[in-house]
Amino acid sequence: MARIRPYMNPYLAGVGIGVVLLLSFLLVGRGLGATGAYSAVLATSVAGIAPQHVIDRPEYTAFLGDTKKPLLNDWLVIEMAGVLIGALLSALWAGRFKVKLEYGPQSTGAMRLLTAFSGGMLMGIGAKLARGCTSGQGLTGGAMLSLGSWLFIVSAFGLAYLLAPLLRKQWI
Amino acid sequence: MDMILPLLETGIITAGTSLWLALLLGAAFGFLLEQGGMGNALKISGQFYFRDLSVLKIMFSAIVTTALGLFWFARVGWLNYDLIYLLPTFIWPQVIGGAIFGAGFIIGGLCPGTSCVAAASGRIDGLVLLIGMFAGIFLFNELFALFAGFYHSSSLGQVALPEFLGISHSLVLLILVITALAIFRVAERIEQRTLQA
Repeated sequence: MARIRPYMNPYLAGVGIGVVLLLSFLLVGRGLGATGAYSAVLATSVAGIAPQHVIDRPEYTAFLGDTKKPLLNDWLVIEMAGVLIGALLSALWAGRFKVKLEYGPQSTGAMRLLTAFSGGMLMGIGAKLARGCTSGQGLTGGAMLSLGSWLFIVSAFGLAYLLAPLLRKQWI
Repeated sequence: MDMILPLLETGIITAGTSLWLALLLGAAFGFLLEQGGMGNALKISGQFYFRDLSVLKIMFSAIVTTALGLFWFARVGWLNYDLIYLLPTFIWPQVIGGAIFGAGFIIGGLCPGTSCVAAASGRIDGLVLLIGMFAGIFLFNELFALFAGFYHSSSLGQVALPEFLGISHSLVLLILVITALAIFRVAERIEQRTLQA
């Protein structure tokens, strides 16, 4: 049994992420994001399956690149591919890679599948409406001191704390 | 040194190079998120029960580091701050979108970026959450016509906190740093108390 390394000090991880985000701004003039990448993957898939469906619909076309290989030229999609690789390397190195469902001691596997799917769906809708998620609005917009980003951060964390007692059994 | 940053906008590197940087920066981001425990839904949700406040510590350390870095690179004249795109503000879509997102956050236990980290480290719940995300975005796009009006409402354009509050950029940063330090102090005390209990 391989030794599992402990998690990194959160302040150190945070400063590290801050340096990566700063480098992103200094080199490429943009921050990090996640939801934009998913929007691009979805728009490209829908346009591939049903090209007629996306015509004159900016909610899709805004996320379609104009090149032959739109996804391979999309900055956020490549960045998220990097996230997958980096997270995999980290999990393997730390001995934390394991195929399993993560849920609280009082919850069940079936319940966890339901919370994961429905939570993801709500976050998809919320992030689209807010034009970003914890990465794009939270970190990137937060560091740029955007007013809307800070409204998003306070609203998202505020509601999560408010609803937490209702979901206690799922987590602890 | 002249004002040469951001390198892509000033034409020093090409779009092709920027894609390689996307891969590298993304990998570093993913590595650090996993190292910080952000691929684990139990650790992230512990945040909302005052058991493990890593999320706030990581987020605020990162935001403060980047915000201070941007300020100083611009102050010494290497970075043209105006070339960095500021996300526009739409008050109500961002407040309500944030609330819907927050509900999804406590139900799902991971966020869009960290679900990728969880999935990459083998967590099935991370993968299922990602599928849910795609379903949510699809639903949003399909029903977009119904709330396109709301989506574009209460638009303020590109507004940053210094402008909105009518105070200087450096004063906002000072407030941000003090707030972050206060949050860290309270977080350490809360965790200490949870450990003793």
